[in-house]
Amino acid sequence: MSVEVAFLESIPYFSRLSPDELDSVRELVFEKNVERDDIIILEGEPAEALYFVGTGAVKIFRTSVDGKEQVLNIVRPGDSFNDVPVFDGGPNPASAQAMGPVSLYGILKHDLNVFLQDHPQIAINIINVLAAQVRHLVSLVEDLSFRPVVGRVARTLLEYAGDGIGLGKRLTQQDMAAIVGTAREVVSRSLRALESDGVIRMDRHRIVIADREALKDVAGIST
Amino acid sequence: MVEMPVVDKEKCNGCGLCVSVCYCNALVLVGVVVTVVETEECGWCTKCEAVCPTGAIACPFEIVIELS
Repeated sequence: MSVEVAFLESIPYFSRLSPDELDSVRELVFEKNVERDDIIILEGEPAEALYFVGTGAVKIFRTSVDGKEQVLNIVRPGDSFNDVPVFDGGPNPASAQAMGPVSLYGILKHDLNVFLQDHPQIAINIINVLAAQVRHLVSLVEDLSFRPVVGRVARTLLEYAGDGIGLGKRLTQQDMAAIVGTAREVVSRSLRALESDGVIRMDRHRIVIADREALKDVAGIST
Repeated sequence: MVEMPVVDKEKCNGCGLCVSVCYCNALVLVGVVVTVVETEECGWCTKCEAVCPTGAIACPFEIVIELS
């Protein structure tokens, strides 16, 4: 089954293209279906295609040498990924993994670059998409580099702990991100770091503070 | 009774992304709204909350201090 023109039009990459241009794009698009947990692209490998999510969700992440994972983005239907290497010729800057069954549409790097030469509107669209991605990543870099987020997460856990002293209110990772003033991905990373250090333990829907004094140290609270 | 993620039916737009990422089939689309099926298989991975584009799913954590 080939991609619907209506779907293409809804993608920022192809907005404001003429019907003829959309038809041309449609001929270049291939479809790919992947299963839960399938790796779609691997960080460091040569880029072959630009992808758009049709249905499902895709996790974009990088992995450190010691195996720690940092989620950069979650790509939802209509969004693209692997944009940068398609245009700069470099390797994939991050890996992409299906979070469930995912249908993808792709355009080969070469096909897209040829199409781009003759259709200036798509170049303008690409600038807008890449600009939005830069904004998202700059915000994430700021969170990861400059803010002592783990300390503020530790403080929040102590503040909301249900021990008769704390507020005892349940919090989602999204709530914690809003309280701390960061992205959900950074809260998730902070919780993993605290767990790996043995300060807390994730017990299904409970965060168990295993070492209260150590958590206070991380939070910068003197005892 | 098993603690399960909470769906705000007012916010849910029925896109089904949470259903697609759920490992244990704890979420089903009924009409255009997601419904939670109680199961002990749910490991609180919070992926449903992470992918929801409208913030309709919450996986709240109870924060407790371990008794020594």
